[in-house]
Amino acid sequence: MLRVIGKRLALLVPTLIGLSILLFLWVRNLPGGPATALLGERATPEAVERVNELYGFNEPIISQYFTYMGKLLQGDFGTSINTGRPVLEEFATRFPGTVELTIVALIFAIGIGIPLGYVAARYYGRFVDHGSVVLSLLGITVPVFFLAFILKYLFAIQWPILPPDGRQDPRMDATHVTDFYVLDGILTGEWDAAWDAFQHLILPGIALGTIPLAIIVRITRASVLEVQNADYVRTARAKGLMEKTIRNRFILRNAMLPVVTTIGLQVGLLISGAVLTETVFAFNGIGRFLRDAIFGLDYPVLQGFIIIIAILYAVINLIVDISYSIIDPRVRVS
Amino acid sequence: MQESATPPRSSRPAKKRAAVVTAGLAIGALLLSGCVESQRDDETAGGESGAAVDSTFVFAASSDPASLDPAFASDGETFRVSRQLFEGLVGVEPGTADPAPLLAESWETSEDGLSTTFALREGVTFHDGTEFNAEAVCFNFDRWYNWTGVAQAPSVSYYYNNLFRGFADSPDAAVYESCEVNGDLEATVTLAQPFAGFVPALSLPAFAMQSPTALEEFAADDIGGSAEAPALSEYAESNPVGTGPFKFDSWDVGEQLQLSTYEDYWGEQGDVETIIFRVIDDPQARTQALQAGTVDGFDLVSPADIPTLEDEGFMIVPRDPFTILYLGLNHEVEELSDPLVREAIHHAIDKQALIDQTLPEGTQLATQFIPDVVDGYNDEVTTYEYDPERAIELLEEAGYPDGFEVEFNYPTNVSRPYMPTPEQVFTNLTDQLAAVGITATPSPDVWTPDYLDKIQGTADHGIHLLGWTGDYNDTDNFIGVFFGQEKLEFGFDNPELFAALDEARGMTDREAQTAAYEEINEQIAEFNPAIPLAHPAPSLAFAPRVDSYPASPVNDEVFNMIELNE
Repeated sequence: MLRVIGKRLALLVPTLIGLSILLFLWVRNLPGGPATALLGERATPEAVERVNELYGFNEPIISQYFTYMGKLLQGDFGTSINTGRPVLEEFATRFPGTVELTIVALIFAIGIGIPLGYVAARYYGRFVDHGSVVLSLLGITVPVFFLAFILKYLFAIQWPILPPDGRQDPRMDATHVTDFYVLDGILTGEWDAAWDAFQHLILPGIALGTIPLAIIVRITRASVLEVQNADYVRTARAKGLMEKTIRNRFILRNAMLPVVTTIGLQVGLLISGAVLTETVFAFNGIGRFLRDAIFGLDYPVLQGFIIIIAILYAVINLIVDISYSIIDPRVRVS
Repeated sequence: MQESATPPRSSRPAKKRAAVVTAGLAIGALLLSGCVESQRDDETAGGESGAAVDSTFVFAASSDPASLDPAFASDGETFRVSRQLFEGLVGVEPGTADPAPLLAESWETSEDGLSTTFALREGVTFHDGTEFNAEAVCFNFDRWYNWTGVAQAPSVSYYYNNLFRGFADSPDAAVYESCEVNGDLEATVTLAQPFAGFVPALSLPAFAMQSPTALEEFAADDIGGSAEAPALSEYAESNPVGTGPFKFDSWDVGEQLQLSTYEDYWGEQGDVETIIFRVIDDPQARTQALQAGTVDGFDLVSPADIPTLEDEGFMIVPRDPFTILYLGLNHEVEELSDPLVREAIHHAIDKQALIDQTLPEGTQLATQFIPDVVDGYNDEVTTYEYDPERAIELLEEAGYPDGFEVEFNYPTNVSRPYMPTPEQVFTNLTDQLAAVGITATPSPDVWTPDYLDKIQGTADHGIHLLGWTGDYNDTDNFIGVFFGQEKLEFGFDNPELFAALDEARGMTDREAQTAAYEEINEQIAEFNPAIPLAHPAPSLAFAPRVDSYPASPVNDEVFNMIELNE
């Protein structure tokens, strides 16, 4: 197993080099330039020229690339043009928020998605089944920003039971240690701060979790439908095993394989930040910052963030692959 | 039956497992709890300290400040924060754009306009206890002048670059020459060349006085960073020290920034003891945060939200406009180079209708490119009334009896103080132009970098929407920026106008300068290079507990002047 993991990690190297080259070329070929973005209305040609010279954008692209990679290998991801802070620091301050949001969204999506998909398959063709299909269609088709807006309007403004924005009440005097606010509240024993931070995750978590929820419902339903008609299930029934045993040990477990793959992909997507949800809920995460970096042509941030996210994505995929063998011993990681 | 003898193996262990996991999580949480020490003050959570009003004021900012060192900034959100922390030698008369005493109680300028002597306020200290005196003043002036490397970049020290033009290593271009300490409370600043706007310019937050001790201790000028981009200094990131009514507490980047009362402030303290600037970048989200009660106020209210907010009992505070929105005309386009066509376009536009339909309440109609509070505003300037028939006649005269087609550039998804909803302005003007036979082909672009780059960096555009928000009472800051030199944006060469603006900029006598600018405004109106449309008034919105807010046309708003009722 260890060797397999090592091999997979080694394969990551050429992937990342390829990605970094593509990324570098793409970013440098975007229209305009960071100078214009930085200077706004005040950009005179001389000022733009001066900025380009200072930041080294006038150098040949190959030499820019090697300078960049040289620093990257030393762990220096550069400094954000827009904020003047190290890219790694920018990532570190925003990543915990995105992770917390991802976890809540996943709990919502998995916690409802798998049971619902399962029940739909079990009562195939009946009302519950049709209902869940319609619901999952809705989940996929309703735009996230619209749903986020409606949720916020209903539960934060019309009936203010949940906070409308941010990660914590601005007046909350909370101690931050890890920047995972819920965890920080627990670590420091500031239970009110932990509870407050958790409440701030509910609405954005639901908004963000709907698409994964819809996908999980559909995949679970399809997978369970397929498995419950499989030969070994029929055999189990013929043997007279209890229905509950058949369901839990034969159907559900075997049906989980494609669901886990889907969840893995969704985690990868969620962890790279949710631009719309984070914007509507003024949530300080990766997505919002990445969007600003794109508009502001913040090269170092774009490059750094995308490379870090790519590494995370690869690691998550690896974990998913490994988890296959736990769910289904027939699958051996090779 | 044999099978029934098989215990239901799956359900009980599963339940047990779930119970074990839950219990494990709970025990884990309890064990972890308290393993890191809370840094919470026991009594003051929430900032209420038994006072008559809740003295914590939460303001929704549209972004983080770019830096806590205003000398290296030029954006509104940075200045909003730095105005609470720092004060300049010169302030602004409340509600106007005129200079007023602040850290300097008075000043006198020599006849040649080159040296100004400032009499300083007594008993002022910086937040770190350093005394504010003539030496601190000269330290700040010398600091700016002696910047090197990245600090000299126009994107970094924008205002010093623009107004003082040169540094110690390029003294020929420099406006500043030296600063002399004449005693504890008197300093004389000498300029190398006349600069009539010198005193009003000092009201800009970029020229606020900062603590010499802190500047040195936290290496404020050490902004080299990597070669690729300048990095914030330790000072600019977490140690700003000024003389203002509030001092810096903490900054959670992307979340919020907190300031608190400076106990030894020389002036009035006010109702607000803690300010929290909460970062909410989406305009809609700012409105909703106010409605939900998580913030007490925010800036740049969308005109469409004003009636709703007013109905719900929120207070809307409009500022006197210090902006200009104009319809730019690119003279490189054949039709637009014809003065008759430009006049026709001017007559074709019903500015009042545009204002009523697309711009916020309080917006003033523009006849020239500066708002009326700026020196040099000409009450008798040539105007072009709305007269579509005259426009059609002029087009015929110019050889376009059937009108013509022109590219109309406008930005999308952006809200500027002078242009809250560009798309609406575009639609409105397109209809008005169509009525006289001018067909505008829409050419939308995202604001940055595409739009600005196309308009300012290339000649590839037609008529376009752009504007400006003034920084301080300086006429050159408006019309000098637009028409002071040949620009790709407008594509015309008018040496007479360029020379007049250049001459006015260098005048030392303010009265003579004002007269010169009045004349220039008339010159511009006759030349008609672009169409001034309106001076939109940006508004702020506040929770009902806010009684008054010191709105200022130049955003000189210090929160110790806010009055709260609960």
